[in-house]
Amino acid sequence: MKEIVVWAEHRQTGLMSVSLELLSKATELAHQIDATVSAVLIGYKCDAPAEELIRYGASRVFVVDDPQLDLYQSDLYPGILARVLDEISPEIVLIGGTFIGMDLAPRVAAKLKTGLTAHCVNLYIEKIEGKDQLVQVVPGWGGNMFLKIICPDHRPQMATVRPGVMDKGAADPCRSGIVIPLKYEIPDHDIRARTLEFIAEEPHGRSLDDAGIIVSGGFGVGSREGFELLEELARVMHGEAAGTRPACDQGWIPESRMIGQSGKTVRPRLFLSIGASGAVHYTTGFLKSKVIVGIDKNPKAPIFGVADLGIVGDFRKIIPCLIEELKEMQHQSEQKGGDQCSN
Amino acid sequence: MPLSIIVCIKQVPDPESFDKITLDPVYKTVRRSGIPVITNPADRHALEEALRIKDETGAFVTVITMGPPQARKSLEEALATGADRGVILCDQAFAGADTLSTACTLAGGIRFLGGYDLILCGNETVDGATGQVPAQLAEFLDLPHVTYVRKIDVIGKERKAVVERILENGYLRVEVKLPAVIAVLKGINRYRLPTVMGIMEAATKEILDLGCPACESAGVDPGMMGLRGSPTRVADVFESRESRSVEMISGEPREIAKRLVRRLHQMEAI
Repeated sequence: MKEIVVWAEHRQTGLMSVSLELLSKATELAHQIDATVSAVLIGYKCDAPAEELIRYGASRVFVVDDPQLDLYQSDLYPGILARVLDEISPEIVLIGGTFIGMDLAPRVAAKLKTGLTAHCVNLYIEKIEGKDQLVQVVPGWGGNMFLKIICPDHRPQMATVRPGVMDKGAADPCRSGIVIPLKYEIPDHDIRARTLEFIAEEPHGRSLDDAGIIVSGGFGVGSREGFELLEELARVMHGEAAGTRPACDQGWIPESRMIGQSGKTVRPRLFLSIGASGAVHYTTGFLKSKVIVGIDKNPKAPIFGVADLGIVGDFRKIIPCLIEELKEMQHQSEQKGGDQCSN
Repeated sequence: MPLSIIVCIKQVPDPESFDKITLDPVYKTVRRSGIPVITNPADRHALEEALRIKDETGAFVTVITMGPPQARKSLEEALATGADRGVILCDQAFAGADTLSTACTLAGGIRFLGGYDLILCGNETVDGATGQVPAQLAEFLDLPHVTYVRKIDVIGKERKAVVERILENGYLRVEVKLPAVIAVLKGINRYRLPTVMGIMEAATKEILDLGCPACESAGVDPGMMGLRGSPTRVADVFESRESRSVEMISGEPREIAKRLVRRLHQMEAI
């Protein structure tokens, strides 16, 4: 039986959502090549997450549970995952492109001497020269094109996918599966890189993942002051501010707020893009938003090809009016609300 | 003994010109001739970390790149900034490499040089943006690795470094024995620029030119390098936009704002 494996990332806060998103994708791919879906879980106190993985579609969960694996250890995790994969010999391995997944996946691929494709935005099976291949779609060259990457002769075929790119399926408590505990000796003395502790930091503002409205600025915003205007708009809309890679590179907005292929993928109810031309690297990060508004001074900017509503003009003039208009509207609805209460 | 630090750098197309990179519709290849090139930004921060360590405790800094002959320019720039030696891995046999075979080839070059304590890389390049090479390089060199690093404290006497590597909601403090591969983020420092003095001195510094034979003598299987050693293939390239039909809103700023708010209301977006 062919096997598709998802590396299930488990932190002290619980399972990472991207692992569940990938289980759902793996289940879809498994139908096409008649495979079973397994998860590999490495960490400490893995009982509850293992059961959760089964509810989300894993028919087998391989667990390596050890107190030394509580925090991510870059000198241990890759070796353990590579050994488990060696035993299972899967066709496909999917890994969430988190800050840890992006560290683990390449080292595992190098251990297995197989191919790895980063930041896939789509995955599907296609018969190429008579053989089922995993087609891994990635945006290429900053702009105008997508690449279809395959790994024709090596197995497993490995891919990383950023959080939020794939849809998470629903948990089904009736699903059954087995948990397979694995025991590996973890030699203490030869850990060359040792993670000592995790220090939590307050994120700037709320998480972009849960934001209903996102106001995102590009290089065209021109300055930190320009971003302050965007942040004010975001506040008035009860949304969050974000930006493109060039805007992050300028230091106008923190890297944790970067939208795009190597940043965040979001799907809010409303996405406003301001002063960004709309390269594919950026637009893939928000294409699944319900409504997209593009504001840019260049009428030929590609952003207008992906937007529902487009405005050509100077955002410095438009945004203040928009803020005023929204405040006016909120003021009116508050008054209405007040009337209703007194009735 | 001062530390020996190797900094891996890559010459990449200038992101400002990415929109000028086009697709050959017949051969499905990328046309990138005439596109200006720069040293990958994160790699310049990796070099700065090396130079900072050199300033503080003394170190011999080697910059290494794999690429076409014109990639020497990135090495010259690094030498003018303060690096001590340049190495270019340049060979037809290296062409068409994916991250696995790039890491394998770089590892070969580094093994050929020998005597390293610390290998620094930029966390990712602006062209591929995979961020895969540093960890794979460490695997081929059988060294520990730490990526997404925003702070490095080298404790030379104990031959170790204590670093901060970021996560989505905080950071991990990691203690790593040297030699090690450390991949740094752009936020780690502000990098210096070449000085006139530096440019003059650079002319006297050595740039080693290594090819396939050097990597083979360091134990790399020639079948692991270049296109042959690359498990991944580009099966196709296509231009595509998930296109929505856009409704343009025009007028005076005040008018635009009113209409936009009304439409967003109708669409239940606000």
